[in-house]
Amino acid sequence: MFEEIGTTPEGDLIINVGPQHPATHGVLHLVLTLNGEIIKKVEPHLGYIHRSIEKMCESLSYRQFIYVTSRMDYLSAHINNHACALVVEKGLKVDVPLRAQYIRVIMDELTRIASHELWWSAMSMDLGAFTPYFLAFREREKINEIMEETCGARLTMNYMVPGGVMADLHPDFQKKVKAFIVDFKKTLHEYDELITGNAIFQNRMKGVGYISKEDAISYGCTGPVARASGVKSDMRKIAPYDIYDKVEFDEILETGGDCFARYQVRIKEMSQSIRIIEQLIDNIPEGDFQAKTKAVLKLPKGDFYQRVETARGELGVYIASEGAAQPYRIKFRSPGFSNMCILDHMCRGSKIGDFIAAMGTLDLVIPDIDR
Amino acid sequence: MTNEEIKIKITELLSAAIFDESGEWLNIFIESSEFRAFAQQLRSDKDINADYLFCLTCVDNKTHLTMVYHFSSTIYRHCFVVKVKLDRNNPEIETICDIWRGAELFEREVYEMFGVIFLNHPDLRKLILPDDWKGYPLRKDYEDPINMIKL
Amino acid sequence: MFSLEGITNFIHEWLNGHLPATFALLIEFVLVGVAAIGLFAVLGLGLVWMERKVAALMQIRMGPNRLGPKGIFQTSADTVKLIMKEALTPENADKLLFNLAPFIVIIVAMLILVPIAFAKSFQIWDINIGVLYVTSVSSLSVIGVLMAGWSSGNKYSLLGAMRSGAQIVSYELSAGLSIISIIVLTGSLKISDIIASQENGWWIFKGHIPAIIAFVIFIVAATAETNRAPFDLAEAESELTAGFHTEYGGMKFALFFLSEYINIFIVCAICATLFLGGWMPFHIGNWAAFNHIMDYIPSSFWFFGKTVFLIFVIMWFRWTFPRLRVDQLLNLEWKYLLPISMVNLLLMTLVAIMGWHF
Repeated sequence: MFEEIGTTPEGDLIINVGPQHPATHGVLHLVLTLNGEIIKKVEPHLGYIHRSIEKMCESLSYRQFIYVTSRMDYLSAHINNHACALVVEKGLKVDVPLRAQYIRVIMDELTRIASHELWWSAMSMDLGAFTPYFLAFREREKINEIMEETCGARLTMNYMVPGGVMADLHPDFQKKVKAFIVDFKKTLHEYDELITGNAIFQNRMKGVGYISKEDAISYGCTGPVARASGVKSDMRKIAPYDIYDKVEFDEILETGGDCFARYQVRIKEMSQSIRIIEQLIDNIPEGDFQAKTKAVLKLPKGDFYQRVETARGELGVYIASEGAAQPYRIKFRSPGFSNMCILDHMCRGSKIGDFIAAMGTLDLVIPDIDR
Repeated sequence: MTNEEIKIKITELLSAAIFDESGEWLNIFIESSEFRAFAQQLRSDKDINADYLFCLTCVDNKTHLTMVYHFSSTIYRHCFVVKVKLDRNNPEIETICDIWRGAELFEREVYEMFGVIFLNHPDLRKLILPDDWKGYPLRKDYEDPINMIKL
Repeated sequence: MFSLEGITNFIHEWLNGHLPATFALLIEFVLVGVAAIGLFAVLGLGLVWMERKVAALMQIRMGPNRLGPKGIFQTSADTVKLIMKEALTPENADKLLFNLAPFIVIIVAMLILVPIAFAKSFQIWDINIGVLYVTSVSSLSVIGVLMAGWSSGNKYSLLGAMRSGAQIVSYELSAGLSIISIIVLTGSLKISDIIASQENGWWIFKGHIPAIIAFVIFIVAATAETNRAPFDLAEAESELTAGFHTEYGGMKFALFFLSEYINIFIVCAICATLFLGGWMPFHIGNWAAFNHIMDYIPSSFWFFGKTVFLIFVIMWFRWTFPRLRVDQLLNLEWKYLLPISMVNLLLMTLVAIMGWHF
């Protein structure tokens, strides 16, 4: 283990943030070197929630490994499963029925909204405003109820399978989602009034944690982090999967590159997600919800890679297959891992309060980083 | 740029490159000694402009290790894969973390999981595993009678 | 009607009638001490319950509602739990200072209760420098906070204590200047004089513009002095995990916790006394009939009503606004509040000299 050093030879304070800490949203251990209130260096120590998922998947079949990935970034569980199902379908060259594609996209967008809600509430709590936590969880609760009726679970919904989805939609699904859309548009406006326009909030977030466009590309940042610095990185637009090329939505780009820009990007993404769901919910076609596949799936020899857009950024699933019934090597390129790389670069020279705000807007989920 | 154009361009930069087009993207096999110069050219060349490294990993083919780098360009949106074969008993390769800053933590992870030494890496030490862990877990010949359960 | 003055007079006469004078005095000391501690305890329990209920209602939930009607025994249950907890002392801690710090904070809080007038003629000690006593003794609590942070042997606590020390010391200036603005009008530091001068109307109405500015500045400065949100970065849970009192557990933590709420009560009591008339009912000029009706409501109700209203406003702030960063906080004080309160003081002096107040 590393040694606990109290101060550096120059007299800077070395302080541990985490692994148990209210602001790190998971078990992330950061060692800060402080000079008074100014941060000189941020060093992450990972591995507290490492479960060797990649090694485990080498002994699971192609149907089984999908469910392990729900536990990686548990706030975008559906989207992780979707990515794995897509990569297996790519290898097997299976055509997914249209009904299943619609269902998958609607579930993805609902998950995205739920994830951004949790991000919003947790970030506000980090900055000291305790009330948004309760407001956001009202909406999340409605989404969780919708998920529970159809998928059977509220957090790790193992619903996507290679070929489609595991079971058909609950009969009340359309009605509930439409009621949710109506409610959500009103509450999103409420959130803007409560937090976005607040002078204290803006002072805490404007000009804090700046990431330039070149840095964002070089560090491999994706998702709202990159989009707030002006980098077009939405996988749903660059390499559309399922029916994303047939729905209309905007890719939200901001040029500020600071915490406030990242905040704005996520809030606006929520309204874009609602727009996508609105276009799809009335038009779900009839048909199969799952394509016929063999009982034991074997991918042919070769490499397969699928990129999807989770709530946090670009998730890449890379399978190197040797033709067996189990994957030979799986690599999950998680968005959190690359987004976390920029934490040191972004926070040097800022104060602890700024560091907390910046980390909140990066939206890290630690099981995603450690896998 | 299409695969054909990338192939032509890369053969101009490095004539010893071997291509494999069976997958979704173009796979380029090169030697480890030429890797760093090649990577720099990939970054600086105006037509390829590979400024986005979106995956860096390693695969343990039982006779050798293969480093796999996935590159993309934010301007042209083309993707290609660079593969480098490494000797299993002495896997060494130059680091590219000063060209693509995000590669730093990826390389640390590959170091601890496969044992690949990245030359000139600013801070090569274990990332996820405890400091006193012995062995390279993601290698195929990794034995751990206590923690691993063979089904 | 019902008046606390009557009870104190009755006890005083009864004791002096039946016992020699010194004994009577000693027994009165003991009674006052017991009453003060009792008030302390009841206030602590009541305010914590009030905070939890106010927070809950603002967050669209219920708050404690299991123990007792509307959950009023929740805090007693919490106190019992805290007493039974194991209070660890960290190995690196400076034992003497570590154990002394909560007591200093509590003693200071108790000392400030002394000159406050809870009802007509119901003060422990009507000292002639009443207001000065309150401001000066409240500065001593900084020592307790810094002691707690330093002696914990924990870097987070140290950071929290340093932030808190800087914050309290800065905001005392604005609070003091706002208090002085009212003293200019009353001409006396004695609490009973200040309240008596509000017999024909509260200073916030009589002193119009400068008094309202002083009131707003005082409320902001008071929130900052007591380390309440949005200025609670000394105990910012999400940044420093409880700041200067991280290492305290059990009864010692309960003392810090309690003293925070008592400080809020005291600061609101001072604000009510200076700006809203203390125990003086709401009188309008010389409308004798109206004033006579207002006098029927007992003075203790007036005092506690005003104080509880101000406490509610301070709690409202906590659950609405996010937290300021430390340099933004000090900026707010030194660049905005202090100049404004200085100019306001000059303005108030002008108003007092020219007789432009009501």
